[in-house]
Amino acid sequence: MIAGFELPDAGQILLDGNNIADIPPEKRPLHTVFQSYALFPHLTVAENVAFPLKMARRDKPTIKAKVHEALDSVHLSDRAHAYPHELSGGQKQRVALARSLVNRPRLLLLDEPLAALDAKLREEMQHELIDLQREVGITFIFVTHAQDEALALSHRIAVMNQGHIEQFDEPSKIYGFPRNRFVADFIGNTNMLEIEVAEATPTHLRLAVPGLGEIMAPAQEETRAGQKGWFTVRPEQVRIGPAQDRELKNHFCGKVRSFIYVGNVTTYTVELADGTPIDALLSNSAPGRARFFEVGDEVAVSWRHDAGVFLRE
Amino acid sequence: MRGYSCVNRRLGRWVVSLPPTLFLLLFFVAPSLIMVVASFRFPGEYGGLAPLVEHGRWKLTLETYRFFFSDFIYAEIFIKSFGVALATTLICILMAYPLAWLIARSPKKHQDVMVLLAVLPFASNFLIRVYAWMIILGPQAAVARAVNSLLAAFGFEPVTLLFSPFAVLVGMVYVHLPFMILPLYTNLAKHDPALLDAAQDLGANAWRRFWKVTWPLSLPGIYSGSVLVFIPVLGMFAIPDILGGTGDILIGNLIKEQFLGTRDWPFGATLSLMLTLAVLVCAGLAAWLARRGVGRHA
Repeated sequence: MIAGFELPDAGQILLDGNNIADIPPEKRPLHTVFQSYALFPHLTVAENVAFPLKMARRDKPTIKAKVHEALDSVHLSDRAHAYPHELSGGQKQRVALARSLVNRPRLLLLDEPLAALDAKLREEMQHELIDLQREVGITFIFVTHAQDEALALSHRIAVMNQGHIEQFDEPSKIYGFPRNRFVADFIGNTNMLEIEVAEATPTHLRLAVPGLGEIMAPAQEETRAGQKGWFTVRPEQVRIGPAQDRELKNHFCGKVRSFIYVGNVTTYTVELADGTPIDALLSNSAPGRARFFEVGDEVAVSWRHDAGVFLRE
Repeated sequence: MRGYSCVNRRLGRWVVSLPPTLFLLLFFVAPSLIMVVASFRFPGEYGGLAPLVEHGRWKLTLETYRFFFSDFIYAEIFIKSFGVALATTLICILMAYPLAWLIARSPKKHQDVMVLLAVLPFASNFLIRVYAWMIILGPQAAVARAVNSLLAAFGFEPVTLLFSPFAVLVGMVYVHLPFMILPLYTNLAKHDPALLDAAQDLGANAWRRFWKVTWPLSLPGIYSGSVLVFIPVLGMFAIPDILGGTGDILIGNLIKEQFLGTRDWPFGATLSLMLTLAVLVCAGLAAWLARRGVGRHA
């Protein structure tokens, strides 16, 4: 809809305050980087990049200069006369970027552009995209299903669910303070406990967890006792340690059910007394030790009183 | 083990390519060579060829070639045939392109049916289909009457459609159109629709999307379709025989006349050799053009 290939049923699309909903795609001052790159196979890299300039009927010296500049910015000057089928995936990606940016659109729409690249190359391109965006100063709208990509690249993220924006915020806010269950669940891994608010004060919340007891959580606006909802706490906020018989808030005992070792960290899934699973992330920073607990070990999980977020139903 | 499988593979390649190679040697190269020799021989007294060796001496001559180049009429017929072939090819491109594009853009499940419809005429005999045009274009047929009453309304003389260069062209285009539709359709169906979206996104209107993206990408299809139409039309004698008038003789008719009518085999051989030469030059030209086009986006 932003690019104009589909029409909205109702409403407006505002770009710099102008409604572009009724403008055909070819006249919109924005370009798209397609998932498949959609490079013209019968044109060289330079001719591909020159395409939007030719469509805009710019004169030859301008086209030549701009194409040169655009290829320079994506480090492809030496491949100017190659055809798309002679390029690697990352190079095609960069040609598609150069082609979309060469005539300085008001907005660049990227439709899952890194989906076809392998993990290493993807990270490399992420850095390049950040640099490129800073260099050209054009707004990028980056569509992705990879949440780490969204967190890594964006200044602001819109989390969408069935056509509605659930939350529109900075990456750290989206991750740290999700507004509802969908956002918390969608972005990253998280623990989710069904709770009822027992007490709400200006400094903290006391939440009742059926079958487990009570937990302390940071205060939140517009929260009153009796409200139902979920409490979410990220695995990296959960500490895991040997079982201790101590009467503390936010401190539960359980058994290690399973763990996933990924090198730098290990995620332990701990089953609490009532069967609730809690994920805890432990950094493997101690040299020479790959794991601290085995399946079946009695452990305790805990988190700080100011960790976690209460999500209203 | 590696050596063994290597030998095996080479053997397999030979076994697969041997039958067609033999076939071509036997039925293309050998007859062509016979024709080359025949073109230098003398005609037999009652048609056919005179003996190659008589009284211990080779009997060969350049007479037929001298004859071919002495009369401008033969060059004229060659040029006319090339003109007809070229016109047929161009009309076929113009008619097949929108049709092939339409088929390629239809929903997948309809495409097979539409392709089948395009080649359906092949289900009936070629001659019967050409004779059908005699009826369609005949002076008593609705088409001729409609055209002539329209001409009369504007004060023009009535025309005869049948037995004219026009009828020959209609027949040629009709018979060869599927040979243009099929390669074009195969080509257009392969185009990535995202390319047109990209072109539009980058500022190309419908007209420029066609000329800058669809057309250049469809050139290989045009080339192969043109070869499939141009070359058969060049040698075609049945359609001018049936639908053409007395003046509409093409190379095909001329060659057929030498073998079956005048019974001057050496001259017929010379003519067909000239035709083969011309076709080879055309095919080489087309291949060169296509390679220049295809090489850019293979």
